[in-house]
Amino acid sequence: MTSHSPLLLWAMIGSIGLGTWLIRLSFLVFLGRVERVPPALGRVLRFIPAAVLAALVLPALTHATGEFDLGTDRFAAGAIAAVVAWQTRNVLATIAVGMGALWALQALGWLR
Amino acid sequence: MDDSARRDALFAGVKAIFPILLGVVPFGVIAGVAAVEAGLDPVQAIAMSPIVFAGAAQLAAADLIARDAAPMVIVLTALVINARFAMYSASLAPSLRGLGAWQKALGSYLLTDQAFAVSVTRFQQTDDDLGGRVAYYFGSAISLWITWQVSSVLGVIVGSGVPPEWSLDFAIPLVFMALLFPTIRDRGTRLAAVVAALSAVALIGLPLNLGLLAAAALGISAGVISEVIP
Repeated sequence: MTSHSPLLLWAMIGSIGLGTWLIRLSFLVFLGRVERVPPALGRVLRFIPAAVLAALVLPALTHATGEFDLGTDRFAAGAIAAVVAWQTRNVLATIAVGMGALWALQALGWLR
Repeated sequence: MDDSARRDALFAGVKAIFPILLGVVPFGVIAGVAAVEAGLDPVQAIAMSPIVFAGAAQLAAADLIARDAAPMVIVLTALVINARFAMYSASLAPSLRGLGAWQKALGSYLLTDQAFAVSVTRFQQTDDDLGGRVAYYFGSAISLWITWQVSSVLGVIVGSGVPPEWSLDFAIPLVFMALLFPTIRDRGTRLAAVVAALSAVALIGLPLNLGLLAAAALGISAGVISEVIP
């Protein structure tokens, strides 16, 4: 649970919303002035989704207890879900298998 | 283009995005649940979806809010995740040249991974005029918007009643995982993902939860360098 104040939370949500809209608007407005995305910018943008998503996933699995620990229910369930995500690329199947594996492992109680 | 042709294009957009919407529903529900679990009040949690309207960024922001990360870090992380929209904006711009200011403002707000994907495919395969392209784009984009809003409100309602023993917060990394694999398309993107993932684990102790941003920067750099040095 957050301890940020409601006002600060509104300011953050508003800033993210405004910033996101300006990013979406960027080339729809500026194209015409510049003919295409500058190649250097395009090269950076291309790698953002893979890098950010990977950086979000792995620590959530390796640090499930707050400390580095690969012997947890979450790490094992995450590994199983990763195979499903890789093979099916399906959000629903990944959530279903990952949550199912986590609940099964928690019920078995073999891991932390 | 007459009205009936425009209406056909609009419905073609709705039809094209429909199968994708089924996958968006659980993602939206999770986003709603995550916002409530982070400690947002119900009004804020519901308002986040129409204000931000970007799933991965909403989930990451909720995650960081729950951990009391620094406000600048929360905003910056969400905007870095959304930087990919600049790419989409640039790819669609030549097809939507001549759009009015209002349509540009609204069309930009509605721009998503999914609406981009179906529209860019259609614009390559057919030779609709501007009116037809706009109708097709808005048909797909507005369908996704409605689905996202309804499913995330559902998540906010459900989220308030879910007991913590269900570990529903684990769905957040699972969603990111399902989104991650389609972004790995070649050697460069694979390297970017591996470097970013390992760096994020190594840098988890950085103050202000800056580890994620630093790891993403390292991953992106690795990808760019791998292209320069083959």
